[in-house]
Amino acid sequence: MTDTAISFMDVHKRYATTHALKGVSFDIRRGEYFGLLGPNGAGKSTLISITAGLAQATSGSVAVLGHDVVADYRAARRALGVVPQELVYDPFFSVREMLRLQAGYQGCGKEVWPWIDELLERLELENKATDSIRQLSGGMKRRVLIAQALVHKPEVVILDEPTAGVDVELRRTLWKFTRDLNAAGHTIVLTTHYLEEAEALCDRIAILNHGELQVLEDKNTLLGRHPYRFLSLELTGDGGALPAGVERLVEERRGDTLDLKLKQGEDFIGDVIEGIRDAGWRITDVHTREPSLENIFVELTMESKSEAAA
Amino acid sequence: MNWRGCYTLFIKEVRRFYSVILQTVGAPVVTALLYMAVFGQVLAGQTIEGVRAVEFLVPGLMMMSIIQTSFANTSSSITQSKIMGNLVFLLMTPLSAFEIYLAYIVASLVRAVLVATVLYIVTQFFVHVPIHEPLLMLAMLVFSGGTLAVMGLIAGILANKFDHLAAFQNFFILPMSFLSGVFYSIHNLPAFWQHASYFNPFFYMIDGFRHGFFGVGDANPLISLAVAAAFFVVVSAIAITMLARGTKIRG
Repeated sequence: MTDTAISFMDVHKRYATTHALKGVSFDIRRGEYFGLLGPNGAGKSTLISITAGLAQATSGSVAVLGHDVVADYRAARRALGVVPQELVYDPFFSVREMLRLQAGYQGCGKEVWPWIDELLERLELENKATDSIRQLSGGMKRRVLIAQALVHKPEVVILDEPTAGVDVELRRTLWKFTRDLNAAGHTIVLTTHYLEEAEALCDRIAILNHGELQVLEDKNTLLGRHPYRFLSLELTGDGGALPAGVERLVEERRGDTLDLKLKQGEDFIGDVIEGIRDAGWRITDVHTREPSLENIFVELTMESKSEAAA
Repeated sequence: MNWRGCYTLFIKEVRRFYSVILQTVGAPVVTALLYMAVFGQVLAGQTIEGVRAVEFLVPGLMMMSIIQTSFANTSSSITQSKIMGNLVFLLMTPLSAFEIYLAYIVASLVRAVLVATVLYIVTQFFVHVPIHEPLLMLAMLVFSGGTLAVMGLIAGILANKFDHLAAFQNFFILPMSFLSGVFYSIHNLPAFWQHASYFNPFFYMIDGFRHGFFGVGDANPLISLAVAAAFFVVVSAIAITMLARGTKIRG
């Protein structure tokens, strides 16, 4: 049995006027919690659509658990559950009916009905099981979409921005739910615009930009790539101008707070504090912060923008 | 073959029209009965091809309802799923092109048979229409309703909005079915229109179907059957190819 959950091999997608994917190749390993990030229009959704059979690659191929999504689409789609980004639903049916229909399309019968009830319970939908999906709130519709993607117990689950426009409580519920799925052996692929979400959940992260794979690394390696540390100081007193060596590190001044960006190995916290004291300021509070995925993301995508412009 | 998937989609399609049955079965029956009331009155006492005019109308109106209903069922279902976005639920499943095709067409035929049966039963309170050749009648129903259901499927796949469907329905399906001998025998038409009718596939559908009831008609019933069957095969091949290629539905 293959160790690869999804394999993208030189995937190109051309539309009439755009080249949405320019030869994307990478593997998602079985059992991992994988983050697929990128700015709007980077090609994430196109890549997911091709994997799910909703779009066709212009060239290249995608395989789910070794099954080509075109040549062996039945096996590929049985292994895959996709939660679409848009809140789509069928207005004719109740929540439970829709889940049973979806299981039926997958070729599953009554044997999965207990699993469907379990999904309803775990996603806190059991009170809404007989309601028409039309009547549900946005958050509830999102949960139904997640349940729908899981009715056939797929080994690989793709969630395309599942927490967009979702309140904090539901976001936490979904985080826990997907973590539990991952712990139960499902491979999870998450696309999101909330970088703290990817940081909290994912083992490995790929960043797509302008239809190309820009980075694919372990989350921790990726976070470690950023050579900066952030330092916030609260100052009081009546000091003078800061020495030039400190001034060049200042990112922002917010009232009494000074935000600085220090490069590891070059700029030292001790020197900075000393310089500020020498200028006559009193330091009342100190905060340091490691770089977040957001900093890295912005840096990487900005880098490629300036490269593209050059 | 994913029979269970295909059957599930069929059941879903039947439940879709059943949930609005007054609109999907009731309305076409009432429309056909109104035509019968009006034209029956106008044509009272007349005969067409040796059959009482009011009785002659019944199979024609049944087939007209079958044609319009079959087309409406598949086309509106697909278009609605496309516009609502829920077609993705189907496209992400392991259903093959043929399975999707089969489920949609058979569900559409169920609705057409329901409309035709209710219409036939209701009219029997007022007139007596025998069924001379039941096999021919059934075969014409399946091929004709099937052809229109497949055309509806194709139109639904191609249409970007309901307006496109309405245009196809009002400017093509409706006039073609109206002008195919529902209310008359083509022998009563001027020579030019009589000949033109032989190029209208809907004429064969109605004439062959009517032949199944009265045992008489304008064309050879085997030719009518062959035309309806041939059209069914051709449009089916087109629809299955479109579904397999993902034309307009898999970007």
